[in-house]
Amino acid sequence: MPNPTESPAVEVVELQLETDRLRVIGVPRRRVDARAKVTGQTRYADDIFLPRMAYCKLLRSPHPHARIQKIDSSRALAHPGVYLVLTGKDLPIEYGIIPVSQDEQALCLDHVRHVGDPVAAVVAREELTALEALDLIDVEYEILTTVSDPEEALATPEPRIHDYGEEGNIHKRVNLEFGNVDEGFAEADEIFEDFFFYQGNTHLPIEQHASVAIKDPEGKLTIWSSTQTPHYLHRALAKVLEMSPAHIRVIATPNGGGFGGKSDPFNHEIVVAKAALMLDRPVKIGLTREEVFYCHRGRHPVLMRFKTGVKKDGTITGMHLQTLIDGGAYGSYGVASTFYTGALQTTSYHVPRYHFQACRAFTNKPPCGPKRGHGTVQPRFGQEIQLDKIAEKLKLDPAELRLRIAEAPNAVTANFLELGTVGLRECIRRVVKISSWNEKFRKLPEGRGVGLACSAYLTGAGLPIYWNAMPHSGVQLKLDRGGGITIFCGATEIGQGSDDVLAAIVAEVLGVTTFDIRIYTGDTDLGPVDLGSYSSRVTLMAGNAAMQAAERAKAMLTEAVGARLDVPKERLRFADQRVFDSAAPEKGVTFHEAVCLAEARFGTVGTVGSYTPPRSPAQFKGGGVGPSPTYSYSAAVVEVTVNPVTGWINVPKIWIAHDIGRALNPALARGQVEGSVYMGLGEALMEEQEFRRLPKRLSHALVHKFPSILEYKSPTSLDMPEIVVELVEEPDPHGPFGAKEVGQGPLLPIMPAVANAVYDAVGVRVDEVPITPEKIVKALAEKKAGRAPRFGPTYFPDVDWPEPLRVPPPWEGGDGRAVNEVRRSSSQRKEKVLRT
Amino acid sequence: MMRLPLFEFRAPRTLEEAARILDGEGTSAMLLAGGTDLLPNMKRRQQVPRTLVSLRHVGGLKEAQLTPSGLRLGACLTLADIARDPRFRNGASALWQAASQVATPHIRTMATLGGNICLDTRCNYYDQSYEWRKAINFCLKKDGITCWVAPASSKCMAVSSTDTAPALIALGARVLLVSRAEEREVPLCDLYNSDGSDYIRRRPNEILTEVLLDSLRGWKSTYWKLRRRGSFDFPVLSVAAAVQLGNGGIAQDARIVVGSVASRPLVATEAAKSLVGRPLDEEAIREAAALAGRIAKPLDNTDFDMSWRKKVATEFVTYALRELRGEDVRTERQRLTRYPFV
Repeated sequence: MPNPTESPAVEVVELQLETDRLRVIGVPRRRVDARAKVTGQTRYADDIFLPRMAYCKLLRSPHPHARIQKIDSSRALAHPGVYLVLTGKDLPIEYGIIPVSQDEQALCLDHVRHVGDPVAAVVAREELTALEALDLIDVEYEILTTVSDPEEALATPEPRIHDYGEEGNIHKRVNLEFGNVDEGFAEADEIFEDFFFYQGNTHLPIEQHASVAIKDPEGKLTIWSSTQTPHYLHRALAKVLEMSPAHIRVIATPNGGGFGGKSDPFNHEIVVAKAALMLDRPVKIGLTREEVFYCHRGRHPVLMRFKTGVKKDGTITGMHLQTLIDGGAYGSYGVASTFYTGALQTTSYHVPRYHFQACRAFTNKPPCGPKRGHGTVQPRFGQEIQLDKIAEKLKLDPAELRLRIAEAPNAVTANFLELGTVGLRECIRRVVKISSWNEKFRKLPEGRGVGLACSAYLTGAGLPIYWNAMPHSGVQLKLDRGGGITIFCGATEIGQGSDDVLAAIVAEVLGVTTFDIRIYTGDTDLGPVDLGSYSSRVTLMAGNAAMQAAERAKAMLTEAVGARLDVPKERLRFADQRVFDSAAPEKGVTFHEAVCLAEARFGTVGTVGSYTPPRSPAQFKGGGVGPSPTYSYSAAVVEVTVNPVTGWINVPKIWIAHDIGRALNPALARGQVEGSVYMGLGEALMEEQEFRRLPKRLSHALVHKFPSILEYKSPTSLDMPEIVVELVEEPDPHGPFGAKEVGQGPLLPIMPAVANAVYDAVGVRVDEVPITPEKIVKALAEKKAGRAPRFGPTYFPDVDWPEPLRVPPPWEGGDGRAVNEVRRSSSQRKEKVLRT
Repeated sequence: MMRLPLFEFRAPRTLEEAARILDGEGTSAMLLAGGTDLLPNMKRRQQVPRTLVSLRHVGGLKEAQLTPSGLRLGACLTLADIARDPRFRNGASALWQAASQVATPHIRTMATLGGNICLDTRCNYYDQSYEWRKAINFCLKKDGITCWVAPASSKCMAVSSTDTAPALIALGARVLLVSRAEEREVPLCDLYNSDGSDYIRRRPNEILTEVLLDSLRGWKSTYWKLRRRGSFDFPVLSVAAAVQLGNGGIAQDARIVVGSVASRPLVATEAAKSLVGRPLDEEAIREAAALAGRIAKPLDNTDFDMSWRKKVATEFVTYALRELRGEDVRTERQRLTRYPFV
């Protein structure tokens, strides 16, 4: 067996050099799960119906912030058809996705933190019965003061929403300094200071979360759930239910969209698991759309201050970024999100000195978390608009400015991110060409405009969520005497096409079609661990693991066939379901025969593959967020029309180029780009996770403004423009067949490109999203009055920042460590231990 | 999943039978036509009728009769029926445009004309689940005592959100209301109250069976709808306008109705009057638009900013009148509807 730590990437490049035509990779194909989805045969969690199944509903807090004084569930229990009522005391153990933020309880024990926080669960014969019984649970609350936004959180240290974090209602503060940014500003010809606000928004997957749990015939637990992260759910269930993970099976059903919204272990999952174990009958929960809004974990609202120094030629001399982040009521991925609001600022353009400060506050609203582009979308919005302003001031074309300052391939950035291939310049050139940018920018009539923006994104987080030294992804491959191939992998199909990617890689290596392959994913009993469908990691990580497993199987088959045919191993080729001599292609065996030969020679044919990302040079505290095996790049041009009276905005066309390394299935890749554009346009123009606080003298209510898919506005097919997609393919040695991510990166340039286009159309800046007609009208009024022609925030509040961690960048002799790393105090260590 | 409450379902075969059931059940019964508004509302417990009386099997409610003296439209015609009927493309264009822009194709296939006319008023504080409304201690329209959009108001400020009613009022429509004891014809503009709770003057035992229109010879009409997206959304402002143009383009008669900015469609009487006897020139249009815009007093209980909605009201009247005098406003319309709409 080959050494399991050996990187499969080297083998990829060699394969390319052999000039063999690829038969699966790079060919637009119908995805492997298309037939099931199009014909309605895909079984989502809510499609599961089992004999004796009971239904669960959750009683949720009507108060944004309160202490639970008393819960009396006797009336509900007496209601005909009710089997069980659970409250916080039944599931007291805290959990959470990140080890340092174990701050959730499946049912709140004594403290509710937002409207929608669950306090009790009813399990009944019928869903309607469970619903009726919710009203029969009597809960007494003591109302507490509420915090509605981060500024209020800074000003309201008491009462604390959580008894951990930095202090008061501040969850996390970050202060990182990579070089002396003041020296950078001293060198600059121009210094720009801008404020931006990025409103929160939610994932809006069409499938609402659902779970079914059973106590299996042996007495163990099985749960089917619409989750993106079965492995992390597995861990959370084991912790809260105090069971061995070996006795828990998590099956991630195909997700009807996730976008990050199904990446946390959720209270409803834990509740139905507990109920199934207690009742010894299947228990199901299907959330309503409103409840999905309360699960949230969506885009954090972020206020930003960008200060950037540039030379006359556009060279950036230094950048200082401050972010103030509205975390909502729980930690969720928030610590990572906080770092992500500053981690990737250095990946697209060369920033020689960089100072990043971030502060995440707790507020009495559903918790924010990771949404497509996790934490990097908000600062990207600010950075790309500021670049547009810089280009205008320096009298440079925005595309030309970006081409000048684009970061070099394989660079190590100021914050010690190691870049792989960088297709940014090619993306810009292509998008400029296909959009006829040079004929349009500043040349269209009043009311029409174009805007350009770029972005970069991770191809998989370099570090796992909990510290461990094991691989991030594993694949087992079984080849059977029928010539069949079965892939087992923990990866989760959330609609992005990960099953198709795994099948395509194995099919290509073994010379078969994807139809010859069976694939079992997202099941903790059947497949080795994959950490989950988040951070755009599956194609690269599970893909490399699949590649390694397939190459190992290929090696066994090669040896067996070589011996039988008496052909040197290096001459054997795998293609068209055959294994044959490349010097005499008619001489060969079928793939089926090849498997039988291998089984006869070696015994049962099974291989494994795994993937662990390279170690990052960023060794400072916080340096774990941002590293990735490689990064994708995008550039987009958006055209808009803006009515100068009403501000009504339309987007007739979008051009986007994405550096994907290699498109494994171009049809799927284009779909991902178009989906990103769609989601980005929604964020740019209309989506808002908005809250209402009623007049304080009359009410303490702080409610989601419209937790419904009708009133939370997301574009319809009619609102979608024509999209022209260019895939830039420069294979990256880190990815399987050179592939990089495509699921998230193409979203990022859309929002700033819309903002820049609005400026080109009517000469006003809207420095926040969503960019609505009302805001454009207000900015136009400012312009008419001779004031700054913009709409957006005007200040960044005072934050009591901790001492900066000083990390000299590589060109100042830095080694990736902070020169002043402070050892954690004993009290903080103790807190961490308690929370983990 | 959101579950409907339990209810009794009645499916009468005749109008008489339906009227008799309604009469017997009183306010605990509600009529079910397309159900596209009522059933979601029931899931949110905004309405919890003990009995639903279906009109699906009642004969004669799905006909559109065109006579020399005018039109008789059965209340159970679907909005899709109206949207695809070429007879509505001339004088009654406003109705056709309004029906075509309701919700989505799927909903228009179910939803009826009568249902859209009787549509419950809407409000961001009211069109929410039972649990959400509980979190604000309910509101004046249902189970509560405060109108949260205007806490000092003693009256519910929920918004009339029907697309077809402003169009039909601009066309001078009347409706026929049938109960067990009697039948009455009411001008549509008199069907509504200025009260979001008690918004309609249809009595609980009455069935709206027909919409009546006089001949529209010589009339031109149009409907402009404001919503954020090209589909799904209820109107948050609408303008229906109709003019009868004589020789030389002089307006003989005119009607302008502003919808979705109050608890009832607002008839812009003064604006319409200002047009009569004049050609639809820039000055006349500007004057009428300003007058019509003045009556729009939107509140912060729908999508979009209220002061912006008021601003757009004036613009919409301008678009509508320009269109009626024969100007090409297809670009403006397409940018709003987000699809070619001719």
